[in-house]
Amino acid sequence: MSEESPSAEVSPHSNAVSGETSMDKSKRYDRGIRVWGAHGQEALEAAKVCLLNAGPTGTEALKNLVLGGIHSFTIVDGAKVTPPDLGNNYLLTADGLGMPRAQCAAECLKELNESVSGSYVEETPRSLMTSSPEFFKPFTLVIATQLGETDAVTIDGICRQHGVKLVLLRSYGLLGYVRPSVPEMCVTESKPDNKVDDLRLSNPWPELAAHAAALDLSATQEHVHSHVPYALLLLKATKHWQEEHGGKLPSSYPERTAFKDLVNSWQRHVDGIPLDEENFTEAISNAHKVWAPPSVSSELQAVLDDPCAASITQQSPDFWVLVAALRRFIEQEGDGQLPLEGSIPDMHASTQQYLDLQRIYRAKADVDAAAVQAHTRALLEAAGRDPSAIPLPDIKHFCKHARSLRLVRCRSLEEETGPGSCRGSALRQALGQEDTAANAALYVLLRAADRFHQTYQRYPGTFDGEVEEDAALLKSQANALLAECGAAGGTVGGGGGVSDDLAAELCRCAAGELHVVAAVVGAVAAQEAIKIMTGQFVPLGGCLIYNAMACTTSVFAF
Amino acid sequence: MELEGRWRDLDYLLNRQGNVVGPGFEPGPEIREFLQSDCRVLVVGAGGLGCELLKDLALSGFGCIDVIDMDTIDVSNLNRQFLFRMQDVGQSKANIAAQRIMQRISGVKVTPHHCMIQEKTLDFYEQFHVIVLGLDSLEARRYMNSVACSFLEYDEDGQPDLATVKPMIDGGTEGFKGHARVLIPGITPCFECTLWLFPPQTKFPLCTLAETPRSPAHCIEYAKIILWPKERPDDTFDADCEEHMRWMYDKALARASEFGIQGVTYQLTQGVVKNIIPAIASTNAIVAAQCTLEALKLVTMCSSGLNNYMMYSGTDGVYTLTTPYERDDKCPICSAGVSFDAAPSTTLQELIDMLMKDPDLGKHLSAPSVSYGSTNLYMRGALEQQTRPNLEKPISELVDGDGSVIHINDRQLVAAMKVRLKFGPSNGEMDS
Repeated sequence: MSEESPSAEVSPHSNAVSGETSMDKSKRYDRGIRVWGAHGQEALEAAKVCLLNAGPTGTEALKNLVLGGIHSFTIVDGAKVTPPDLGNNYLLTADGLGMPRAQCAAECLKELNESVSGSYVEETPRSLMTSSPEFFKPFTLVIATQLGETDAVTIDGICRQHGVKLVLLRSYGLLGYVRPSVPEMCVTESKPDNKVDDLRLSNPWPELAAHAAALDLSATQEHVHSHVPYALLLLKATKHWQEEHGGKLPSSYPERTAFKDLVNSWQRHVDGIPLDEENFTEAISNAHKVWAPPSVSSELQAVLDDPCAASITQQSPDFWVLVAALRRFIEQEGDGQLPLEGSIPDMHASTQQYLDLQRIYRAKADVDAAAVQAHTRALLEAAGRDPSAIPLPDIKHFCKHARSLRLVRCRSLEEETGPGSCRGSALRQALGQEDTAANAALYVLLRAADRFHQTYQRYPGTFDGEVEEDAALLKSQANALLAECGAAGGTVGGGGGVSDDLAAELCRCAAGELHVVAAVVGAVAAQEAIKIMTGQFVPLGGCLIYNAMACTTSVFAF
Repeated sequence: MELEGRWRDLDYLLNRQGNVVGPGFEPGPEIREFLQSDCRVLVVGAGGLGCELLKDLALSGFGCIDVIDMDTIDVSNLNRQFLFRMQDVGQSKANIAAQRIMQRISGVKVTPHHCMIQEKTLDFYEQFHVIVLGLDSLEARRYMNSVACSFLEYDEDGQPDLATVKPMIDGGTEGFKGHARVLIPGITPCFECTLWLFPPQTKFPLCTLAETPRSPAHCIEYAKIILWPKERPDDTFDADCEEHMRWMYDKALARASEFGIQGVTYQLTQGVVKNIIPAIASTNAIVAAQCTLEALKLVTMCSSGLNNYMMYSGTDGVYTLTTPYERDDKCPICSAGVSFDAAPSTTLQELIDMLMKDPDLGKHLSAPSVSYGSTNLYMRGALEQQTRPNLEKPISELVDGDGSVIHINDRQLVAAMKVRLKFGPSNGEMDS
């Protein structure tokens, strides 16, 4: 915390159990550690989070992070607790009426986890951003809630200048908005849902090919025959097929059927009836792994092709050094292939046959990682760094996840909203497409509401008698905005543009923060914050619009 | 006394007419009055979702909430079940959760029920306008589904009688993923209509565990399924007992080293033995808030409702899918009656045997009883003696004729399965 900041420590809750042991911690955080691992938990426990505005959107976001075990938080809010706060915010108390909202929220949040320390600053975010932008420098992440566009652009600029990560979020009636703003996120552990096993069935390396060749199926005893792992059966069948088909793989449907028949024909028979050996059944149902091995995804290709990996300097982050080393490996030792990941799926097999096979795959993964390590050392040395600056365990970890590397770059908010740099054509397209039209319109209306506020010093729909008039004014603000960023076109109220119904709904809720919408938006932002702080999974690359009327979301990178 | 302006933001939604609202929405202050004083909502489960649901409902204007949960608080709940503190460990989740909500949010009455869902009568469940599920098992969901569907009645035209419809909202999470869905029996699919949404649990074959273990999980399952009953036949395994879990871990580790398998850890042992689903605060919060919003829409019609399933995944950016799943007209739990072919001469015993063998219906049955309207045709238990003679009678003598709907009860079911008899040509033969 910077010295001059007027922040105050909150005294620990009297009932708090102090001095939690690490055993307690591993139990307490067990369910989260199963998602992001002990190293992810460590990253969270080191994270210092700053929250701007302690409305329900903000306190709900922070609550989920405090429960997860961040290091500390600081709340910046200039308001006092008022009655409407007690109708939508769980993390304030009736006793706190009239007290600083930042203080009251900080006390309630600290009760949730005694290992997290909390402080607060009673000042509006705008005034703090203006008076001491360096206040934000010590934080890992800023969670900026309920800011209008102008303030959002300001905090984004400050965070980018100081290398602080930022998540912006907003609840506005039945509309939600979440937008991370990180210039660049390099993700090694993206943890994709559908991982394709990398078994190299059609292009085995010499040790694997020799292991398959050494097995004479016809000479094995029955219990060995029925416990040969399917990968070995497929390796043998592929070699057999390629020898008979000029080195080609089965490519048409009849050929693939014939390939499966070939595997099937190797089953043991008793009195002419096949034994239905389970390993053969598995081989047939996994035969596609022969002709459909995992490919290089477009996302990975973009990482490999990124200019950051083309020239490594002393300042290059380790991630890009490793990507450059990976490129060299693919061109040289890999012969177009990525380093082997090294793990194999479970297969019906005897313990010994399975472990033997597992050992061969692991050994190859080690050899590949060693090759990547040699490239890494050469690159580091050439860039004037210590060649051993990146330790082998890190290189192995990188190689293991090489296939699912991801890169996320968020545009700055200034670029997104600036009339010269905003992506008007993308916005026009989103407004014209059926599945995104409503949510793109909500994006426009939210920005229009901020302009409305700048013009009239209130949000549309504030007064009961003026809701309809405000809807018309909001609509014209929206149209002006569309024209300004080159997204106008299509007819008003349908087929592009912004519908009257949605404009009216926005005015109906008068910028109110409904607790449930705040809870959804805050929690989505908390997920994004966790992804950004742990470097695991893939954060949003644009803004998320949550439409609580239709229960849909859209992600836009305008 | 209520503070002036406390419900300002909620009142915008409830007091103002909108363009995107549910059928028959009439804005006005009586809506919030109804929510606070008359509307009864039940939260099933006071865990990760349950804690969030209670807070969300209380801050969405619901004033009379009941919560049911048989569990007690564990340290590993504290990373997400924000109503609980370290000093609450060991106490009833339902009781503590109710206390905390009432302490914080004035004007809300939360009534806790620290018991199993099966311990409550149908009368208990019938009093609620809406039931919100915060459960983590398919079995409990199926039970609550059969409860909600047991109230459902159809008129002569086969249309659901709206007065008997008991709506439920269901949420579920795993890691960064979750779902929210609206179940309106007779109108949207019930759990049984869409059982395929729940993937089958992976079970290892016994011979793999006993003879050819290959993974750490195989060694752990071996310790649990084979070694525990063999070596500690007099102890009931308790996953929450540290000594028991240590024993399991030591045995699994020994098994693994005997076979040269790496990777058995205490954490993995717990995960496999207890079938732990990773759970974090944020995902629970997203799902519970979406569920509560749907409960609010369902009761007030203040906005368009979810039709009828929303899945959320935060692993790769944010991806959501909102889909209207369809009912299964052959669903024995929520349909007006599953058509079933039987010859008029089929005896009741033969009919029961055919039902038990039917691939769709048989899976719900273990020892069925059969009734027709208010007449017991064959009952297990006290009435067995009395109804047994019916087993030998042809079905045509027991019901009014083709198209009659009989009710099948079973201890596996709470709601009766409705079977519409279609009298086919010959004895016991099915035409499909």
